[in-house]
Amino acid sequence: MEVTLRIKRFNPETDKKAHFEEYVVDVDPRDRVLDALNQVKWYQDGTLTYRRSCGHGICGSDAMRINGRNRLACKVLMQDLGKRVTLEPLMGFRIEKDLLVDMDVFFDKYKSVKPYLIADNPPAHGERLQSPEERHIFDDTTKCILCAACTTSCPVTWMSEDFVGPAAIVNAHRFIFDSRDTAGIERLQILNKGTGVWRCRTVFNCTDACPRDIKVTEAIEQVKRALIFGDQ
Amino acid sequence: MAFHRYDVVVVGAGGAGLSAALELAGEATVAVITKLYPTRSHTGAAQGGVAASLGNVEEDHWEWHLYDTIKGGDYLVDQDAAEILVKDAIDAVVGLEHMGLPFSRTPEGKIAQRRFGGHTRNFGEGPVMRACYSADRTGHMILTTLYQNSVKNKVTFFDEYHLLDLIFTEDGTCSGVVAYELKTGELHVIHAKAVILATGGAGRVFKITSNAMASTGDGMGVAFRNGVPLMDLEFMQFHPTGLARLGILVSEAARGEGGIVRNSTGEAFAARYAPTMKDLAPRDMMSRFIHQEIKEGRGIDGKDYVLLDLTHLSSETIAEKLPDISDFARVYLGVEPTEEGIPIQPTAHFTMGGIPTNNDGQVIRDGEGTVVPGLYAAGECACVSIHGANRLGTNSLLELLVFGRRAGKQVMRDLDSLEFATLPKSPETASVERIDALRGRTSGHRAPEIRAKMQESMTENLSVSREEAGIVETLGVIQQLKRDYSDVTVDDKGSVYNIDLMEALELEHMLNIAEVMCQGALDRQESRGAHYRADFAKRDDVNWLRHTMAYKQGQGLSMAYKPVTITRFEPKERTY
Repeated sequence: MEVTLRIKRFNPETDKKAHFEEYVVDVDPRDRVLDALNQVKWYQDGTLTYRRSCGHGICGSDAMRINGRNRLACKVLMQDLGKRVTLEPLMGFRIEKDLLVDMDVFFDKYKSVKPYLIADNPPAHGERLQSPEERHIFDDTTKCILCAACTTSCPVTWMSEDFVGPAAIVNAHRFIFDSRDTAGIERLQILNKGTGVWRCRTVFNCTDACPRDIKVTEAIEQVKRALIFGDQ
Repeated sequence: MAFHRYDVVVVGAGGAGLSAALELAGEATVAVITKLYPTRSHTGAAQGGVAASLGNVEEDHWEWHLYDTIKGGDYLVDQDAAEILVKDAIDAVVGLEHMGLPFSRTPEGKIAQRRFGGHTRNFGEGPVMRACYSADRTGHMILTTLYQNSVKNKVTFFDEYHLLDLIFTEDGTCSGVVAYELKTGELHVIHAKAVILATGGAGRVFKITSNAMASTGDGMGVAFRNGVPLMDLEFMQFHPTGLARLGILVSEAARGEGGIVRNSTGEAFAARYAPTMKDLAPRDMMSRFIHQEIKEGRGIDGKDYVLLDLTHLSSETIAEKLPDISDFARVYLGVEPTEEGIPIQPTAHFTMGGIPTNNDGQVIRDGEGTVVPGLYAAGECACVSIHGANRLGTNSLLELLVFGRRAGKQVMRDLDSLEFATLPKSPETASVERIDALRGRTSGHRAPEIRAKMQESMTENLSVSREEAGIVETLGVIQQLKRDYSDVTVDDKGSVYNIDLMEALELEHMLNIAEVMCQGALDRQESRGAHYRADFAKRDDVNWLRHTMAYKQGQGLSMAYKPVTITRFEPKERTY
């Protein structure tokens, strides 16, 4: 089927500001948006630029706005989008080129929440024990692929540069609620600051945007409750 | 051009690269360069598990694991290396848990384990639960955990830097890399005492593949161009269960949890071919069974796929143990796996061959094991060889951990004797010329068209079943495409994020790798593991129980051989 892609373009070496360009592609209805983008890049205009790798929603490279919503280009099929599809870069991050945005700030915020296990010395032999129930508590937030779809869908992120954002909170949650970890208090203190969870206005855009179906807003609420009630 | 100096440069930030870097962190200055962000590496796409004979669920022993690995590899495995793999497995997997990896757990709270293809109890009696897992996203968890620990240990990353070249001194010591910063187009020379290649596989040589678009064999290609041989590249694994048409991986864990592959008559045909292991026969065999069923007209609706049936599994098992693959079936094929079979077909999955190394990650240049000073390799880009002619599922994640770490340890030992060698004058010259030529041409062949022809032909003739005429045809296609590549041009002439240019650079590696695969497949007149020759259907231990070593010679190739190390298990007929 024939589809018109309306793609936001920006080349920092030649353009003063971003503009839209249109490309007509002939796609199989079951093709991914990424397939359509590849078709443009490979057979119409090699200058079109975006990140991509695994092609099936695991690596987190190709988050972008597809008809106004944050999605992974490799996880949306053309048949679900209609005859005109608008593709834009994620909002709130600096556009480097076309659909590719600066991710450094995003990763810096991720690193600020101590996203690694901090624990007492492990046993000399064998693994630490953790019951399936203890493991289940933080299962959802272990699924994060750091694609930034949540963070860049959040109106608070658009408004304030210093908000740590949903993805960083998700990755703090993953350790705060891990029975093996001993540094939950440190992370909660980080998220208790003015840049942390209290900026969240419970808009649910993040939950809506997550391609891994993580209940992001719920995770943020659990962190808030842990701060108020200490029920970590 | 920018200049940097680190004791060690690691190229690639997947499981092997990060394992090596973590081994060195704090002990030496280390830079990890990756053309992606580390968390985008293809290790993250692995699903089903990582093997270790922990015996958490039922009796298991490393000797059984060793036997399975050797037999699974159709006896082309170097048995001393495989012994290291299976013995170190326990420590490596427990080490991951200590680093924070959220394994699924048994009721007692231990690391959970499940069945996987080719892994058996008591030397082949039946399946054993050896695959340690975290739902069906074990690779994601390993990559994430290693990255988290890299952040914790303040490892230095050069994100979105593309490897262009290795730097060698006149006496043949590797002393750094030339890399291309995608963000700016600037070239960087990183001077180092040791370089560890951990750049992953080359599945993108094929059209139907489970591999990420980044899996273009860069490390293999750059090493090969610099005179390093490539070993056993004719052995490419085709995973039996890729989503039809797309090639997206559906984990063997689906069968480990009880899934069954069925043909158009509904028959669970694997039992006919492999009465003991049935659907848990190794991947090379399962792929051939499927190929044979399709060839005999029992594909679904006469087409080139069969069905993976999970409908008899409880919806809880599917939701808890196989959530991601169920999601893939729903999203990409509109199939509800709790209610109907998932259309699947074999997909190019794992490069068994690669850059030859010894058991400590040192790159070797010949059959005698002569070390290339300063150069190391680990993970899928390397060939130790622990996988032989066919890798068992869950042994690849294990390889990343065990041999990534061993490469790191060996570098640590060697750093005392290695020094910052005097670099040749302007080591970046060849890279500058290469890039200027690509960007400077205004007309010529387009890289995407060359790439598509290569992928079509490789999938057509170098897949599950091969025969002389087809291989010869594809070899001719590849050689023509190499000539076409000599005037290849790119649309994007800019400096900022010139992905068009990066893809054209990757293509050069893929063409070389494809040619080596074809030549190796043509020469090897036998069937062993994943290399099945319809015209030479039997294994030939007299002539072919040996590794292939392919060297670049001018514009062509020269082939040599390397003996297989056999310690405990003499080759015998392989039945399951």
